[in-house]
Amino acid sequence: MKLQLKIWRQRTSTDKGAFVSYTVNDVDPEMSMLECLDVLNETLIERGEEPVAFEHDCREGICGSCGFMINGVAHGPERATTVCQLTMRHFKDGQELVIEPWRARAFFPIKDLIVDRRAFDHIIEAGGYISVSTGQAPDGNAILVGKDIADQAMDAAACIGCGACVAACPNASAALFTGAKIAHLSVLPQGKPERDRRALAMVAQMNAEEFGNCTSIGECTGVCPKEIPLEVIATMNRDYLRASWTRREDQSETILPFTEWSTGSKLQSDPTSRD
Amino acid sequence: MSTTASAAALGPHRNRVVTFWQSTNGKKVVMAITGAMMFLFVVGHLLGNLQVFEGPEKINAYAHFLHSIGELLWIVRLALILAIILHITATVQLALRNKRARPIGYSRKEAINSSYASRTMYWSGPIVLAFIIFHLLQFTAGYIHPESRFIEGDVYHNLVSGFQVWWVSAWYIFAITLLGFHLRHGLWSMFQSVGIAHTRHTPMLKSAALLIAVAIVLGYISIPISILLGIVK
Repeated sequence: MKLQLKIWRQRTSTDKGAFVSYTVNDVDPEMSMLECLDVLNETLIERGEEPVAFEHDCREGICGSCGFMINGVAHGPERATTVCQLTMRHFKDGQELVIEPWRARAFFPIKDLIVDRRAFDHIIEAGGYISVSTGQAPDGNAILVGKDIADQAMDAAACIGCGACVAACPNASAALFTGAKIAHLSVLPQGKPERDRRALAMVAQMNAEEFGNCTSIGECTGVCPKEIPLEVIATMNRDYLRASWTRREDQSETILPFTEWSTGSKLQSDPTSRD
Repeated sequence: MSTTASAAALGPHRNRVVTFWQSTNGKKVVMAITGAMMFLFVVGHLLGNLQVFEGPEKINAYAHFLHSIGELLWIVRLALILAIILHITATVQLALRNKRARPIGYSRKEAINSSYASRTMYWSGPIVLAFIIFHLLQFTAGYIHPESRFIEGDVYHNLVSGFQVWWVSAWYIFAITLLGFHLRHGLWSMFQSVGIAHTRHTPMLKSAALLIAVAIVLGYISIPISILLGIVK
């Protein structure tokens, strides 16, 4: 089959960028979207042109590296599917696909379809962990967790951090991501002791990064390749609300957000320079 | 220390109310609570107004009763004004933040999982506000009362003569419908904002929000429609 790919090309993070149309003639319906871009890139390299840059790793929908907008929908038209798992048979012969990167201030562009998602790393760093004593492995059934609670935690833990939620949100909010990372720990007994601290720290970091806010419209959960439910955002709000009024310490530390793509040498380190 | 770990302390003794308000989540909690207060008013106002169907004596007596409680009425009014101010302030601040959060828009963007009502909150809200101002000027202050004279205290007369003007009724029906849209999303979303959600209960809550929104719209617009049709005169 033949496809018309209208792809966002941007040489560097500061480059203006524009759409370029490519015709890919020999698309196999069994190919994935990324394999289709591989085929295109082969021909671009042969012609001596710059190949389209996109992120990928496992290509089996579990790593969270890949992702871009296809015809205005994050990860394309198939629900619960990453672009690496999206097969070309879902498109019609001769169809035009508009492919553009996630767009958000917090996800600034690096090149073509690649954006910087270190803002997510900052949110995880702020509190996406539990503190355990190291040493011998604990007894398997020392802490009993009901099946329903385990399932609820697992539903949230399925988040692969691809960024589609931010991309699909009209407000570019990271509420679904942060909610998932908070909820998958806070519903479990192991996550309870640090529940308040975690909610405060992760929410503070989410708000320090330049994401928008949640308006509960649900576009995020619609495009989520792991179908994380909107309920995790409520869990975040509940944890945050309680922690805000019950915490004893008033200190809340955040990591300075990145504002440009660099190797780290140009980072601001002066805390007073914020805002 | 890694290159990413440069921490910015927000100060040791920041007021928690200030911190809460400054977070997007805190503002949404404020919006939920103030929204709930305004919703209670919307219900109460509807129940009061429906007395128009019971005749002039009944509704005029009700209006007189409201004015007779004096201080209490003003406490409720001030609470509502405060709720409106907080609701709008939070909305404007969050909207500006959201606008900033996506400097470059998409060339193409599809909505696949959201309701029309939820996507148009930024439109329904301001239009309803404009309507409320007009509505207060017409029926509370009596400054705008086209084609008839506003009589202080004669609610029944003001109401009937006011809604006999077709465009007043049309504007009313339009604004109330938008209020319905606003409530259809807001009524369940407020629970989400304060952290109440459940896989089984939330779908029920959404259905309830739709039902309540429809009931409120029908309840309110029954008044101008009855007046225009001459059922109430």
